Amino acid sequence: MKKRNPEEFLMQGNEAIVAGALKAGCRFYAGYPITPATEIAELLSVKLPGVDGTFIQMEDEIGSMGTIIGASLAGVKSMTATSGPGFSLMQENLGFAVMAEVPCVVVNVMRSGPSTGQPTAPSQGDIMQARWGTHGDHPMIVLSPSTVRECYDLTIRAFNLAEKYRNPVILLVDEVIAHMREKIILSDREEIELYERRKPTVPPEWYIPYEDTPAGVPAMADFGSGYRYHVTGLIHDVRGFPTSRPDEIGPLIMRLFRKISQNLVDIQQAEFLATEDAEIVIVACGCVARAAKRAVGEARAMGLKVGLLRPITVWPFVRSALEKVLATSRSVIVPEMNMGQLSREVKRVNQGRAKVFTLNKVDGTMITAEEILDRIREVA
Amino acid sequence: MPDVTKLIHKYLRHEKKFPHVWCPGCGIGTMLGALIRAIDAVGYEKDEVVLVSGIGCSGRLSVYVDVNTLHTTHGRALTFATGVKLANPKLKVIVIMGDGDAVAIGGNHFIHAARRNIDLTAIILNNSIYGMTGGQASPTTPYGMRSTTTVYRNIDHAFNISDLAAVAGASFVARSTVYHAKHLDSMMAKAFRKEGFSVVEVISHCHTHYGKLNRLGGAVEMLEWQRDHGVTAEKAASLTPEERADKFIIGVLMERELPLYHEEYGDLRKRAKEESKT
Repeated sequence: MKKRNPEEFLMQGNEAIVAGALKAGCRFYAGYPITPATEIAELLSVKLPGVDGTFIQMEDEIGSMGTIIGASLAGVKSMTATSGPGFSLMQENLGFAVMAEVPCVVVNVMRSGPSTGQPTAPSQGDIMQARWGTHGDHPMIVLSPSTVRECYDLTIRAFNLAEKYRNPVILLVDEVIAHMREKIILSDREEIELYERRKPTVPPEWYIPYEDTPAGVPAMADFGSGYRYHVTGLIHDVRGFPTSRPDEIGPLIMRLFRKISQNLVDIQQAEFLATEDAEIVIVACGCVARAAKRAVGEARAMGLKVGLLRPITVWPFVRSALEKVLATSRSVIVPEMNMGQLSREVKRVNQGRAKVFTLNKVDGTMITAEEILDRIREVA
Repeated sequence: MPDVTKLIHKYLRHEKKFPHVWCPGCGIGTMLGALIRAIDAVGYEKDEVVLVSGIGCSGRLSVYVDVNTLHTTHGRALTFATGVKLANPKLKVIVIMGDGDAVAIGGNHFIHAARRNIDLTAIILNNSIYGMTGGQASPTTPYGMRSTTTVYRNIDHAFNISDLAAVAGASFVARSTVYHAKHLDSMMAKAFRKEGFSVVEVISHCHTHYGKLNRLGGAVEMLEWQRDHGVTAEKAASLTPEERADKFIIGVLMERELPLYHEEYGDLRKRAKEESKT
């Protein structure tokens, strides 16, 4: 009998998110039970105390978001996890984390909506909410895993990006990915790069908490470390104090955008499959990309030149990756489990270069490879 | 140098531009004074204090104080404070809220922070109105009174913040007024010294809106009202029921020993480690 590999696990997406969070150094979780994300809270309530971390079940998702921001300001890597209704409740404090530049990770396991919707059915209806859910103009980083292993990898990456750019990072997960079980190999020998927020090295009296530097990301002091400063959701000057001066408001908002936009090469990831000679390119993320991969294989077997572009970073949208495939393709198909959210972004970048076809499904079931293949045949 | 000047130099941010945002005669300035006197009295180091505030007139208080300060979203100050305290229990966490902030939009967080007995002090400035937005009714606007949203008189019944804190599970509840400034100092110092969820309800006035809309006079008249209506428990006992009817009690209203959340969590961690071994 073959001996079981102790580094091999059969794991759910939600479990892999927990494993990734612990690996990334997450030591604080605040959350509220909600399907289909509950496993993340349950598992972390078991695991965090054993690694001197903290789990707290809050009275609602608004409180959960506030609590992880507070914990992060005290210097601890923090996260929460939720689904649509809870994600809606988190939006105000999510905006606070953007404005006050507090690193944190929010997992949204998407359910079918709107409202209570279908808690156990998959959907990709929150793609635009993840980008624009909180009020006001703001940057946002959103990652979309497509496999259980990627749930692990992208959770670690979410923490790294949050720490590096001092912005909340959203892990936008399809219900199918969160509850699907796959084989995953997790080894302690694997070298994984972890990023910690940059802390001030200057004496406290020289510390400028929201300094406008070329890199755009100021050093962040933990509360209690001797750097007494002010944190606010109000528009603030470089010292963190509220301001109404146009010459301070503009530069703050510009810097919040700039720290992300000048680092797109670092932040953006996309997978290309058979796109070099593709005349038809499918753009899909999450579980839909899995069906699309199979459709690409079958289409190729039929002699059709079809490829797949899978945005791993959903926001900021992978414009340069899409432009690369638009240079060779005549048609783009965007299958997604909503009424057309990713396709809006594809059309915006496309500017009429290729023909963009949509494939929308909102009945609470996955888009199948056959359905994508049918659409390929229609446009071929 | 007078003592008050020393305190101002020590605890207020010299780089922050004064004057403050509050109306002349507002009680929040008195509360700020009491706060720094009480911090000084208990001997906290500035680096270990985290002052968290919500939104509204009282929310603006945090920016002036030279400690770690966190000006949060409306009603959510206690949730941010919960995160700070549990992530680093060595920090001394003080939360400043208004009445609308603490028991309307933040009411749920208030009762749950009390029930958990998070070790922090919640100071609630109760001026019976939403001042920052121009005088709308709050959950502590008394029945029958006027505001810009209750011009035909308020038909909602007011919350008693101190009673609410007590039944929700707080370790310590005290009430004072901005008129009784010295008394307020001592209530705050007692609350800081008390381990567990401690609440100080600070009765104040908003002459700009509440006073004007209800013809209660200016700041001086409203302070005199506090002087005449805030009585100690001993004083109240000596009054006839008729005399007592329109009075409220100032002083320590409730104090008890309850397990601290972060200490309980420390024990939970030990249990988790032991159970994972077996």
